[in-house]
Amino acid sequence: MKKYIINRIFSMILVLLVVSSLTFFLAKAIPGGPFTKEKKVPAAILKNLEERYHFNDPLWKQYASYMGNLMKGDLGPSFRYDALTVNDIIAKGFPVSATIGFLAVLLSIILGLPAGIISAYRQNFWQDNTVMFVSLIGISVPSFILATVFMYFFGLKLKILPIAGWGGFRYMILPAITLAAYPTAYIARLTRSSMLDVLSQDYIKTARSKGLSEFKVITLHALKNAILPVVTYMGPMIAAIFTGSFIIERLFFIPGLGKYYVTAIYDRDYTVILGTTIFYAFFLVTANFIVDILYAFLDPRITYEEKK
Amino acid sequence: MFKKALIVVVALALVVGFAGCRPAAEETPTVEQVLTYNVGAEPQFFDPRKATGIPEFTMLLNLFDGLMRYDIQGQLVPSMAKTYDVSDDGLVWTFHLRDANWSNGDPVTAYDFEYSWKTALAPETESEYAYQMYYIKNGAAYNSGDITDPDLVGVKALDDKTLEATLEAPTVYFTSLLTFTTYLPINKKIDMENPDWAKSADNFVSNGPFTITKWEHNHQIEMVKNENYWDADKVKLDKIIFLMVEESSTELMMFENGEIDFGNNPPLPEMDRLKSEGILTISPYLGTYYYMCNVTEPPFDNVLVRKAFAAAIDRESIVINVTKGGQLPATAFVPGGIPDAEPGREFREVGGSYFEPYEPDKAKQYLAEAGYPNGEGFPEFVLLYNTSEGHKIIAEAIQGMWKDTLGITCTLTNQEWKVYLDNRSTLNYQIARAGWIGDYTDPMTFIDMWVTDGGNNDTGWSNPDYDKFVAIAKGTGDQGVRMEAMHNAEDILMDEMPIIPIYFYTNLNLIKPYLKDYYISALGYTDFKLAYIEEH
Repeated sequence: MKKYIINRIFSMILVLLVVSSLTFFLAKAIPGGPFTKEKKVPAAILKNLEERYHFNDPLWKQYASYMGNLMKGDLGPSFRYDALTVNDIIAKGFPVSATIGFLAVLLSIILGLPAGIISAYRQNFWQDNTVMFVSLIGISVPSFILATVFMYFFGLKLKILPIAGWGGFRYMILPAITLAAYPTAYIARLTRSSMLDVLSQDYIKTARSKGLSEFKVITLHALKNAILPVVTYMGPMIAAIFTGSFIIERLFFIPGLGKYYVTAIYDRDYTVILGTTIFYAFFLVTANFIVDILYAFLDPRITYEEKK
Repeated sequence: MFKKALIVVVALALVVGFAGCRPAAEETPTVEQVLTYNVGAEPQFFDPRKATGIPEFTMLLNLFDGLMRYDIQGQLVPSMAKTYDVSDDGLVWTFHLRDANWSNGDPVTAYDFEYSWKTALAPETESEYAYQMYYIKNGAAYNSGDITDPDLVGVKALDDKTLEATLEAPTVYFTSLLTFTTYLPINKKIDMENPDWAKSADNFVSNGPFTITKWEHNHQIEMVKNENYWDADKVKLDKIIFLMVEESSTELMMFENGEIDFGNNPPLPEMDRLKSEGILTISPYLGTYYYMCNVTEPPFDNVLVRKAFAAAIDRESIVINVTKGGQLPATAFVPGGIPDAEPGREFREVGGSYFEPYEPDKAKQYLAEAGYPNGEGFPEFVLLYNTSEGHKIIAEAIQGMWKDTLGITCTLTNQEWKVYLDNRSTLNYQIARAGWIGDYTDPMTFIDMWVTDGGNNDTGWSNPDYDKFVAIAKGTGDQGVRMEAMHNAEDILMDEMPIIPIYFYTNLNLIKPYLKDYYISALGYTDFKLAYIEEH
């Protein structure tokens, strides 16, 4: 196990290195730069700016200096926001995004898992049909439509929740529900199909014939196996949701991290593009790593010990 | 035709200007004097010397007070300057400052102004708008590093309350330039102690009607009335909250729900409803939407071709059916709202229209003269615009007009903003969408961009006579001579048509009817110095 963990950590570092290098060169390859403006920056000023940020150095030198700072945990200044460094942007935005993300993940598990179980257990009955129909909506309706409908209905018409903004639990409800819609539906469908698989297996019949209650059969025996695919899905999902959504944060006017993934590219804000991408990649590989470790606890057949 | 357009502009100006000119409300307002304004974006630079965008201008002009300021009727009045004198040759301007304090209690002195202007011009400040100060003697030379001694720059504090500015050439619109953010003062002492003072609310010191109390990045900025402001008695708002809502549909919903009093970004698809419900406020905007031609390559190297394409655009139809925001068909390049030499007359009024908003017969004639009767044999070409729904529907409408009138089908291409800017400046296009918003209220802000090799002249067009007229206008303080030279320059521009004017912009806002006495500048920013909220 120890050896496996060490190997994984090494490969994670390698992945992050590849991601940051690729992003660095791709970002630099896009036409235009942070100082490309409609009203052109005077030549002398442009020269000063480019000198200060070493834009005229050979690319490998810029790369080396960026990577050097990265190792020290310094993600550099933002070109678009004079008052912010990339570290500031992540430190301010991530807790906000993660709060909504946490609520959304919680919601998707609380709703998605039971819905999937019921659906599988009552396959082809009305319960199953209802869950499948609702989850189809959750998967196929784009989040911006869902968000707009929620804002209009609960905010503007019923006036029971704020339309948009940030400042307390009331502001988190609609964005968290919108953000949870897709993963809830996905988890419900995933749970259903793996549950159906498991329920038809012999050991479930054995459990039932031993006289266990249906509740115990489902929760203790069936779910334990059926949940594995859901756990696999949770890794990347948590990484994606915790690091913020561009659409949801823009629509609900939330000062999270999500907007920067997109606006940084429009602004050619190289350091922000890199910083947010590396941060997301870090989150993703870590989440996957934790999922893999969880496997070993959930399923004793999975082991990371070397075969003797 | 142009007269009709002018009447609309004047009417709009009257509506906007006088919307709030009623006698001031009772002394003790019972409504909470808190305004929520959606500024729409986080500032890039919050140091007035470096600010570049309209959101910054609006916030900074409410935080600071320059030598001059526009009042709510749009009259330019001395503000931090009590009075000023100009030498006979128009080169030396002496400003006598009033007694005033910074928000931290320090007195505002002429030395603060001298310091701000010189450091704004210093190349190491890297101010992108430093060229606004090239009118000052040696301003350009110092900014580009040709001279390094700041003492040679033509600004000097004679004593605490007297500031002397020496100009390169007589510049009659210098007082109008002084309202620009680059010319605002900063507190010298604070800036020397802490160069990062403008990066957070904690250390921010200003001298205007409001002072900043809270800055949540990419979310909101809160300002409260500055009790140290020299004219604080007239300031009625206690607090302004500047939100940074980017999504236009969210802004509209918050506006309709009473969470925003003043919005900037009405959604295009809702335009008809907003107009019919009287929610949309339309005011003049000093800007022109145009198409520009790459004149270095066929087919648009031929002036007849350019004229044919210009004449084939039905501008009335575009502003009525496509943009729908009260825009005016542009039949010249310089928009209305800029005074001419003769008092009471506008530059546009004097210059008149260069063509009718739609001249299909002339278009066909020009095209035939150019050697492509009925569009036969015209090469394929691409119309470029930056990715945006608004530009797309205009381009599609124009594509249709060209096909109907000229029998020519072009291909539309959209590019992401900076890719588009990059291709534009390297002349890697044939015909492209563009827009220009004036920096100050003088025709020069539109005219001087088309000089040979001008930094913003992305057409490759060059005309020695044009350059000559611009030089004449820049070299004299005589308004009559200046305006005439600029009219002559515009004649050449409209005769050779490297650019095809389409419409004059308007400012579109969502404003609650209970907000009074604000001033929307035709340059895009909004001043809330005297604004208040009426009982409602």
